[in-house]
Amino acid sequence: MAEESPKKVLLDPLLDNNPIALQILGICSALAVTSSLLTSLIMCLALTSVVACSNASISMIRNQIPSSIRIIVQMTIIASLVIVVDQVLKAYAFEVSKKLSVFVGLIITNCIVMGRAEAFAMKNPPGVAFLDGLGNGLGYSLILIVVGTVRELFGSGSLLGYQILPLATEGGWYQPNGLLLLPPSAFFIIGIFIWILRSRKTEQVEHPDYQIHEVHRSEAA
Amino acid sequence: MVDLVNLFIKAVFVENLALSFFLGMCTFLAVSKKISTAIGLGAAVVAVQTLTVPLNNLIYQFLLKDGALAWAGLPEVDLSFLGLISYIGVIAASVQILEMALDKFVPALYNALGIFLPLITVNCAILGGSLFMVERDYNFAESVTYGLGSGVGWALAITALAGVREKLKYSDVPDGLQGLGITFITAGLMALGFMAFSGIQL
Repeated sequence: MAEESPKKVLLDPLLDNNPIALQILGICSALAVTSSLLTSLIMCLALTSVVACSNASISMIRNQIPSSIRIIVQMTIIASLVIVVDQVLKAYAFEVSKKLSVFVGLIITNCIVMGRAEAFAMKNPPGVAFLDGLGNGLGYSLILIVVGTVRELFGSGSLLGYQILPLATEGGWYQPNGLLLLPPSAFFIIGIFIWILRSRKTEQVEHPDYQIHEVHRSEAA
Repeated sequence: MVDLVNLFIKAVFVENLALSFFLGMCTFLAVSKKISTAIGLGAAVVAVQTLTVPLNNLIYQFLLKDGALAWAGLPEVDLSFLGLISYIGVIAASVQILEMALDKFVPALYNALGIFLPLITVNCAILGGSLFMVERDYNFAESVTYGLGSGVGWALAITALAGVREKLKYSDVPDGLQGLGITFITAGLMALGFMAFSGIQL
Protein backbone atom coordinates (compact mmCIF):
# COMPACT_ATOMS: atom_id res chain seq x y z
CA MET A 1 0.00 0.00 0.00
CA ALA A 2 2.74 2.41 1.00
CA GLU A 3 4.40 2.45 -2.43
CA GLU A 4 1.32 3.53 -4.33
CA SER A 5 1.78 6.74 -6.26
CA PRO A 6 -0.11 9.80 -4.99
CA LYS A 7 -2.00 10.06 -8.27
CA LYS A 8 -3.27 6.52 -8.00
CA VAL A 9 -4.30 7.06 -4.38
CA LEU A 10 -6.24 10.14 -5.43
CA LEU A 11 -7.93 8.79 -8.56
CA ASP A 12 -8.48 5.14 -7.74
CA PRO A 13 -11.59 5.68 -5.62
CA LEU A 14 -13.35 7.58 -8.41
CA LEU A 15 -14.30 4.62 -10.61
CA ASP A 16 -12.08 1.63 -9.92
CA ASN A 17 -12.70 1.43 -6.20
CA ASN A 18 -15.68 3.68 -5.68
CA PRO A 19 -16.74 3.85 -2.03
CA ILE A 20 -20.47 3.67 -2.79
CA ALA A 21 -20.62 1.41 -5.81
CA LEU A 22 -18.04 -1.14 -4.74
CA GLN A 23 -17.17 -0.86 -1.07
CA ILE A 24 -20.83 -0.39 0.07
CA LEU A 25 -19.84 2.52 2.28
CA GLY A 26 -21.69 5.75 3.02
CA ILE A 27 -24.93 4.93 1.33
CA CYS A 28 -27.39 6.44 3.80
CA SER A 29 -26.71 10.04 3.03
CA ALA A 30 -26.30 9.33 -0.68
CA LEU A 31 -29.95 8.33 -0.80
CA ALA A 32 -31.46 10.92 1.47
CA VAL A 33 -29.96 14.23 0.37
CA THR A 34 -29.97 13.89 -3.40
CA SER A 35 -33.44 15.23 -4.24
CA SER A 36 -31.86 18.47 -5.43
CA LEU A 37 -28.44 19.28 -6.81
CA LEU A 38 -27.68 22.07 -4.35
CA THR A 39 -28.08 19.92 -1.24
CA SER A 40 -26.03 17.18 -2.89
CA LEU A 41 -23.20 19.62 -3.64
CA ILE A 42 -23.14 20.98 -0.08
CA MET A 43 -23.19 17.46 1.30
CA CYS A 44 -20.28 16.46 -0.98
CA LEU A 45 -18.29 19.45 0.13
CA ALA A 46 -18.97 18.72 3.80
CA LEU A 47 -18.12 15.04 3.54
CA THR A 48 -15.01 15.52 1.40
CA SER A 49 -13.55 18.08 3.78
CA VAL A 50 -14.32 15.93 6.82
CA VAL A 51 -12.86 12.74 5.36
CA ALA A 52 -9.71 14.46 4.06
CA CYS A 53 -9.03 16.32 7.31
CA SER A 54 -9.85 13.37 9.53
CA ASN A 55 -7.59 11.11 7.49
CA ALA A 56 -4.74 13.60 7.76
CA SER A 57 -5.13 14.21 11.49
CA ILE A 58 -5.59 10.56 12.40
CA SER A 59 -2.57 9.66 10.32
CA MET A 60 -0.50 12.33 12.11
CA ILE A 61 -1.09 10.72 15.50
CA ARG A 62 -1.28 7.14 14.26
CA ASN A 63 1.84 6.06 16.12
CA GLN A 64 0.59 7.48 19.41
CA ILE A 65 -2.86 5.87 19.40
CA PRO A 66 -2.98 2.66 21.47
CA SER A 67 -4.80 0.14 19.33
CA SER A 68 -7.26 -0.86 22.07
CA ILE A 69 -8.89 2.57 22.17
CA ARG A 70 -8.31 3.63 18.59
CA ILE A 71 -11.99 3.56 17.61
CA ILE A 72 -12.98 6.03 20.28
CA VAL A 73 -10.04 8.30 19.42
CA GLN A 74 -11.00 8.26 15.74
CA MET A 75 -14.62 8.91 16.69
CA THR A 76 -13.65 11.95 18.76
CA ILE A 77 -11.56 13.46 15.97
CA ILE A 78 -14.27 12.86 13.38
CA ALA A 79 -17.04 14.17 15.65
CA SER A 80 -15.08 17.37 16.36
CA LEU A 81 -14.55 17.97 12.63
CA VAL A 82 -18.23 17.37 11.93
CA ILE A 83 -19.22 19.85 14.65
CA VAL A 84 -17.02 22.46 12.94
CA VAL A 85 -18.64 21.75 9.56
CA ASP A 86 -22.11 21.83 11.12
CA GLN A 87 -21.49 25.19 12.78
CA VAL A 88 -20.04 26.67 9.59
CA LEU A 89 -23.07 25.53 7.60
CA LYS A 90 -25.44 26.93 10.22
CA ALA A 91 -23.60 30.24 10.08
CA TYR A 92 -23.23 30.70 6.33
CA ALA A 93 -25.85 28.48 4.67
CA PHE A 94 -28.69 28.27 7.14
CA GLU A 95 -31.40 27.36 4.61
CA VAL A 96 -29.43 24.40 3.26
CA SER A 97 -28.42 23.25 6.70
CA LYS A 98 -32.12 23.16 7.67
CA LYS A 99 -32.81 21.00 4.62
CA LEU A 100 -29.97 18.62 5.38
CA SER A 101 -31.28 18.39 8.97
CA VAL A 102 -29.74 15.40 10.71
CA PHE A 103 -27.64 14.28 7.77
CA VAL A 104 -24.72 16.60 8.49
CA GLY A 105 -24.48 15.09 11.97
CA LEU A 106 -24.68 11.66 10.44
CA ILE A 107 -21.37 12.23 8.64
CA ILE A 108 -19.88 11.00 11.95
CA THR A 109 -21.28 7.55 11.36
CA ASN A 110 -20.75 7.69 7.63
CA CYS A 111 -18.82 4.51 7.07
CA ILE A 112 -16.55 6.13 4.46
CA VAL A 113 -14.95 8.31 7.12
CA MET A 114 -14.47 5.51 9.65
CA GLY A 115 -13.55 3.01 6.97
CA ARG A 116 -10.81 5.16 5.47
CA ALA A 117 -9.47 6.11 8.91
CA GLU A 118 -9.24 2.48 9.89
CA ALA A 119 -8.06 1.04 6.59
CA PHE A 120 -5.74 3.73 5.30
CA ALA A 121 -4.91 6.55 7.69
CA MET A 122 -3.70 4.22 10.45
CA LYS A 123 -1.01 2.81 8.17
CA ASN A 124 0.12 5.73 6.00
CA PRO A 125 1.81 9.13 6.43
CA PRO A 126 -0.40 12.25 6.59
CA GLY A 127 0.20 13.54 3.05
CA VAL A 128 -0.90 10.37 1.31
CA ALA A 129 -3.71 9.87 3.80
CA PHE A 130 -5.03 13.34 2.99
CA LEU A 131 -5.04 12.49 -0.74
CA ASP A 132 -6.76 9.20 -0.05
CA GLY A 133 -9.44 11.01 1.92
CA LEU A 134 -9.83 13.55 -0.86
CA GLY A 135 -10.09 10.79 -3.46
CA ASN A 136 -12.72 8.88 -1.56
CA GLY A 137 -14.63 12.08 -0.89
CA LEU A 138 -14.59 12.79 -4.62
CA GLY A 139 -15.69 9.26 -5.45
CA TYR A 140 -18.64 9.74 -3.12
CA SER A 141 -19.30 13.17 -4.61
CA LEU A 142 -19.30 11.76 -8.15
CA ILE A 143 -22.22 9.47 -7.37
CA LEU A 144 -24.07 12.09 -5.36
CA ILE A 145 -23.74 14.66 -8.13
CA VAL A 146 -24.91 12.19 -10.80
CA VAL A 147 -27.90 11.14 -8.72
CA GLY A 148 -28.68 14.72 -7.69
CA THR A 149 -28.52 15.95 -11.29
CA VAL A 150 -30.75 13.20 -12.64
CA ARG A 151 -33.29 13.62 -9.86
CA GLU A 152 -33.54 17.39 -10.04
CA LEU A 153 -33.38 17.66 -13.84
CA PHE A 154 -36.01 15.03 -14.61
CA GLY A 155 -37.96 15.36 -11.38
CA SER A 156 -38.62 19.07 -11.47
CA GLY A 157 -37.03 20.19 -14.75
CA SER A 158 -34.49 22.47 -13.11
CA LEU A 159 -30.85 22.52 -12.03
CA LEU A 160 -29.70 24.43 -8.93
CA GLY A 161 -33.14 26.04 -8.93
CA TYR A 162 -32.93 27.36 -12.54
CA GLN A 163 -35.60 26.06 -14.90
CA ILE A 164 -33.94 24.04 -17.71
CA LEU A 165 -36.82 22.05 -19.11
CA PRO A 166 -40.03 24.11 -19.45
CA LEU A 167 -42.76 22.34 -17.48
CA ALA A 168 -46.03 21.28 -19.07
CA THR A 169 -47.96 22.91 -16.23
CA GLU A 170 -46.42 26.27 -17.14
CA GLY A 171 -46.95 26.06 -20.88
CA GLY A 172 -43.77 24.15 -21.77
CA TRP A 173 -43.45 20.60 -23.08
CA TYR A 174 -41.81 18.68 -20.26
CA GLN A 175 -44.01 16.53 -18.02
CA PRO A 176 -42.02 16.20 -14.78
CA ASN A 177 -41.51 12.69 -13.50
CA GLY A 178 -42.77 12.85 -9.93
CA LEU A 179 -41.30 9.46 -9.03
CA LEU A 180 -37.81 10.95 -9.17
CA LEU A 181 -38.62 13.36 -6.37
CA LEU A 182 -39.66 10.50 -4.10
CA PRO A 183 -36.88 9.01 -1.98
CA PRO A 184 -37.01 5.43 -3.41
CA SER A 185 -35.91 6.66 -6.85
CA ALA A 186 -32.40 7.17 -5.49
CA PHE A 187 -32.17 3.42 -5.00
CA PHE A 188 -33.02 2.80 -8.64
CA ILE A 189 -30.60 5.43 -9.94
CA ILE A 190 -27.70 4.11 -7.88
CA GLY A 191 -28.63 0.55 -8.88
CA ILE A 192 -28.53 1.51 -12.55
CA PHE A 193 -25.28 3.46 -12.04
CA ILE A 194 -23.71 0.33 -10.56
CA TRP A 195 -25.01 -1.70 -13.49
CA ILE A 196 -23.45 0.67 -16.04
CA LEU A 197 -20.18 0.86 -14.10
CA ARG A 198 -19.90 -2.90 -13.79
CA SER A 199 -20.79 -3.52 -17.41
CA ARG A 200 -17.76 -1.41 -18.34
CA LYS A 201 -15.46 -2.70 -15.61
CA THR A 202 -16.33 -6.38 -15.62
CA GLU A 203 -13.79 -7.29 -12.93
CA GLN A 204 -16.13 -5.65 -10.39
CA VAL A 205 -18.98 -8.09 -11.11
CA GLU A 206 -19.93 -10.15 -8.07
CA HIS A 207 -20.38 -13.82 -8.57
CA PRO A 208 -23.57 -15.50 -7.37
CA ASP A 209 -23.44 -18.17 -4.66
CA TYR A 210 -25.30 -20.57 -6.89
CA GLN A 211 -24.97 -21.01 -10.63
CA ILE A 212 -28.30 -22.28 -11.89
CA HIS A 213 -28.02 -21.65 -15.58
CA GLU A 214 -24.54 -23.08 -16.01
CA VAL A 215 -25.38 -25.02 -19.16
CA HIS A 216 -27.48 -22.33 -20.68
CA ARG A 217 -24.77 -19.70 -20.13
CA SER A 218 -21.98 -21.78 -21.59
CA GLU A 219 -24.09 -22.45 -24.65
CA ALA A 220 -24.76 -18.78 -25.04
CA ALA A 221 -21.06 -18.02 -24.75
CA MET B 1 -51.04 6.54 26.59
CA VAL B 2 -52.82 6.62 23.24
CA ASP B 3 -50.27 9.18 22.08
CA LEU B 4 -47.44 6.81 22.90
CA VAL B 5 -49.08 3.91 21.04
CA ASN B 6 -49.54 6.18 18.04
CA LEU B 7 -45.93 7.31 18.23
CA PHE B 8 -44.81 3.68 18.35
CA ILE B 9 -46.83 2.71 15.28
CA LYS B 10 -45.64 5.81 13.48
CA ALA B 11 -42.00 5.02 14.28
CA VAL B 12 -42.34 1.42 13.10
CA PHE B 13 -44.25 1.91 9.85
CA VAL B 14 -44.79 5.50 8.73
CA GLU B 15 -41.35 6.81 9.60
CA ASN B 16 -39.41 3.60 9.21
CA LEU B 17 -35.75 4.51 9.73
CA ALA B 18 -34.44 2.19 7.04
CA LEU B 19 -37.03 2.59 4.32
CA SER B 20 -38.21 6.18 4.63
CA PHE B 21 -35.13 7.89 6.02
CA PHE B 22 -32.50 5.50 4.64
CA LEU B 23 -30.54 5.27 7.85
CA GLY B 24 -28.29 2.35 8.61
CA MET B 25 -28.16 1.55 4.90
CA CYS B 26 -24.60 0.26 4.89
CA THR B 27 -25.31 -2.58 7.28
CA PHE B 28 -28.83 -2.87 5.85
CA LEU B 29 -27.42 -3.80 2.44
CA ALA B 30 -24.28 -5.60 3.57
CA VAL B 31 -25.61 -7.89 6.33
CA SER B 32 -28.93 -8.93 4.80
CA LYS B 33 -27.88 -12.08 3.00
CA LYS B 34 -29.37 -14.53 5.51
CA ILE B 35 -32.55 -14.27 7.56
CA SER B 36 -30.94 -15.61 10.74
CA THR B 37 -28.13 -13.04 10.80
CA ALA B 38 -30.60 -10.31 9.89
CA ILE B 39 -32.76 -11.21 12.89
CA GLY B 40 -29.70 -11.22 15.16
CA LEU B 41 -28.60 -7.80 13.98
CA GLY B 42 -32.17 -6.51 14.19
CA ALA B 43 -32.45 -7.63 17.82
CA ALA B 44 -29.15 -5.94 18.66
CA VAL B 45 -30.33 -2.70 17.05
CA VAL B 46 -33.62 -2.80 19.01
CA ALA B 47 -31.69 -3.29 22.27
CA VAL B 48 -29.16 -0.53 21.63
CA GLN B 49 -31.73 1.90 20.26
CA THR B 50 -34.06 1.44 23.27
CA LEU B 51 -31.10 2.11 25.55
CA THR B 52 -29.37 5.03 23.83
CA VAL B 53 -32.28 7.22 22.71
CA PRO B 54 -33.63 7.72 26.27
CA LEU B 55 -30.08 8.14 27.63
CA ASN B 56 -29.31 10.83 25.08
CA ASN B 57 -32.68 12.37 25.82
CA LEU B 58 -31.68 12.77 29.50
CA ILE B 59 -28.34 14.26 28.50
CA TYR B 60 -30.01 16.68 26.12
CA GLN B 61 -32.72 17.73 28.59
CA PHE B 62 -30.47 18.22 31.59
CA LEU B 63 -27.07 19.20 30.20
CA LEU B 64 -27.05 20.43 26.63
CA LYS B 65 -30.31 22.19 25.81
CA ASP B 66 -30.44 25.99 25.81
CA GLY B 67 -30.93 26.90 29.46
CA ALA B 68 -30.79 23.29 30.60
CA LEU B 69 -28.04 24.02 33.09
CA ALA B 70 -30.35 26.25 35.13
CA TRP B 71 -30.33 23.65 37.90
CA ALA B 72 -26.59 24.21 38.26
CA GLY B 73 -27.02 27.97 38.44
CA LEU B 74 -25.96 28.60 34.84
CA PRO B 75 -29.19 29.51 33.00
CA GLU B 76 -27.42 31.29 30.12
CA VAL B 77 -25.23 28.42 29.00
CA ASP B 78 -26.15 26.74 25.71
CA LEU B 79 -24.09 23.64 25.08
CA SER B 80 -26.16 22.25 22.22
CA PHE B 81 -23.16 22.45 19.85
CA LEU B 82 -21.58 19.67 21.91
CA GLY B 83 -24.53 17.44 21.04
CA LEU B 84 -22.98 15.34 18.28
CA ILE B 85 -19.88 14.41 20.22
CA SER B 86 -21.84 13.56 23.40
CA TYR B 87 -24.38 11.40 21.59
CA ILE B 88 -21.75 9.37 19.79
CA GLY B 89 -19.84 9.02 23.05
CA VAL B 90 -22.95 7.74 24.82
CA ILE B 91 -23.62 5.32 21.98
CA ALA B 92 -20.07 3.96 21.90
CA ALA B 93 -20.01 3.61 25.69
CA SER B 94 -23.41 1.94 26.00
CA VAL B 95 -22.60 -0.51 23.23
CA GLN B 96 -19.43 -1.42 25.11
CA ILE B 97 -21.29 -1.77 28.42
CA LEU B 98 -24.10 -3.78 26.84
CA GLU B 99 -21.49 -6.07 25.33
CA MET B 100 -19.79 -6.67 28.70
CA ALA B 101 -23.10 -7.08 30.54
CA LEU B 102 -24.38 -9.61 28.01
CA ASP B 103 -21.10 -11.51 28.15
CA LYS B 104 -21.38 -11.76 31.93
CA PHE B 105 -25.09 -12.43 32.44
CA VAL B 106 -26.52 -13.86 29.21
CA PRO B 107 -23.67 -15.62 27.43
CA ALA B 108 -26.04 -17.38 25.03
CA LEU B 109 -27.41 -14.09 23.75
CA TYR B 110 -23.89 -12.64 23.71
CA ASN B 111 -22.71 -15.43 21.44
CA ALA B 112 -25.66 -14.88 19.12
CA LEU B 113 -25.24 -11.10 18.92
CA GLY B 114 -21.51 -10.90 19.63
CA ILE B 115 -20.13 -9.96 16.24
CA PHE B 116 -22.88 -7.46 15.52
CA LEU B 117 -22.58 -5.31 18.61
CA PRO B 118 -19.39 -3.42 17.69
CA LEU B 119 -20.81 -2.82 14.20
CA ILE B 120 -23.72 -1.00 15.73
CA THR B 121 -21.64 1.91 17.03
CA VAL B 122 -21.20 3.12 13.47
CA ASN B 123 -24.73 2.31 12.38
CA CYS B 124 -26.30 5.59 11.35
CA ALA B 125 -29.75 4.40 12.42
CA ILE B 126 -28.66 4.62 16.06
CA LEU B 127 -27.19 8.11 15.88
CA GLY B 128 -30.02 9.14 13.55
CA GLY B 129 -32.59 8.04 16.13
CA SER B 130 -30.97 10.23 18.77
CA LEU B 131 -30.72 13.21 16.40
CA PHE B 132 -34.38 12.91 15.40
CA MET B 133 -35.30 12.73 19.08
CA VAL B 134 -33.49 16.03 19.66
CA GLU B 135 -34.88 17.67 16.54
CA ARG B 136 -38.46 16.77 17.51
CA ASP B 137 -37.94 17.62 21.18
CA TYR B 138 -39.40 14.40 22.63
CA ASN B 139 -39.88 14.09 26.38
CA PHE B 140 -38.55 11.09 28.27
CA ALA B 141 -41.57 8.76 27.83
CA GLU B 142 -41.77 9.62 24.15
CA SER B 143 -38.07 9.00 23.67
CA VAL B 144 -38.36 5.49 25.17
CA THR B 145 -41.26 4.73 22.84
CA TYR B 146 -39.52 6.25 19.85
CA GLY B 147 -36.30 4.33 20.56
CA LEU B 148 -38.15 1.03 20.81
CA GLY B 149 -40.38 1.75 17.80
CA SER B 150 -37.63 2.89 15.47
CA GLY B 151 -35.49 -0.10 16.45
CA VAL B 152 -38.34 -2.51 15.77
CA GLY B 153 -39.03 -0.81 12.44
CA TRP B 154 -35.41 -1.16 11.36
CA ALA B 155 -35.31 -4.82 12.45
CA LEU B 156 -38.52 -5.50 10.53
CA ALA B 157 -37.12 -3.92 7.38
CA ILE B 158 -33.80 -5.79 7.42
CA THR B 159 -35.55 -9.12 8.10
CA ALA B 160 -37.92 -8.52 5.21
CA LEU B 161 -35.05 -7.63 2.88
CA ALA B 162 -33.11 -10.73 3.94
CA GLY B 163 -36.21 -12.83 3.15
CA VAL B 164 -36.42 -11.35 -0.33
CA ARG B 165 -32.69 -11.82 -0.93
CA GLU B 166 -32.80 -15.48 0.12
CA LYS B 167 -35.39 -16.09 -2.59
CA LEU B 168 -33.47 -13.94 -5.03
CA LYS B 169 -30.57 -16.41 -5.02
CA TYR B 170 -32.59 -18.62 -7.32
CA SER B 171 -33.23 -16.01 -9.97
CA ASP B 172 -31.19 -15.23 -13.03
CA VAL B 173 -29.89 -11.70 -12.52
CA PRO B 174 -27.89 -9.88 -15.23
CA ASP B 175 -24.14 -9.96 -14.51
CA GLY B 176 -23.67 -6.27 -13.85
CA LEU B 177 -26.56 -6.19 -11.38
CA GLN B 178 -25.45 -9.28 -9.49
CA GLY B 179 -25.12 -8.71 -5.73
CA LEU B 180 -25.17 -5.04 -4.78
CA GLY B 181 -27.02 -3.72 -7.82
CA ILE B 182 -30.07 -5.91 -7.51
CA THR B 183 -30.14 -5.35 -3.74
CA PHE B 184 -30.44 -1.63 -4.33
CA ILE B 185 -33.33 -2.14 -6.69
CA THR B 186 -35.06 -4.56 -4.30
CA ALA B 187 -34.66 -2.08 -1.44
CA GLY B 188 -36.06 0.64 -3.70
CA LEU B 189 -39.16 -1.43 -4.42
CA MET B 190 -39.58 -2.13 -0.70
CA ALA B 191 -39.27 1.58 0.05
CA LEU B 192 -42.01 2.26 -2.53
CA GLY B 193 -44.16 -0.29 -0.71
CA PHE B 194 -43.54 1.39 2.63
CA MET B 195 -44.53 4.73 1.12
CA ALA B 196 -48.08 3.42 1.18
CA PHE B 197 -48.01 4.11 4.92
CA SER B 198 -46.90 7.69 4.44
CA GLY B 199 -50.33 9.28 4.20
CA ILE B 200 -51.55 7.72 7.41
CA GLN B 201 -52.37 10.18 10.16
CA LEU B 202 -52.69 8.75 13.64
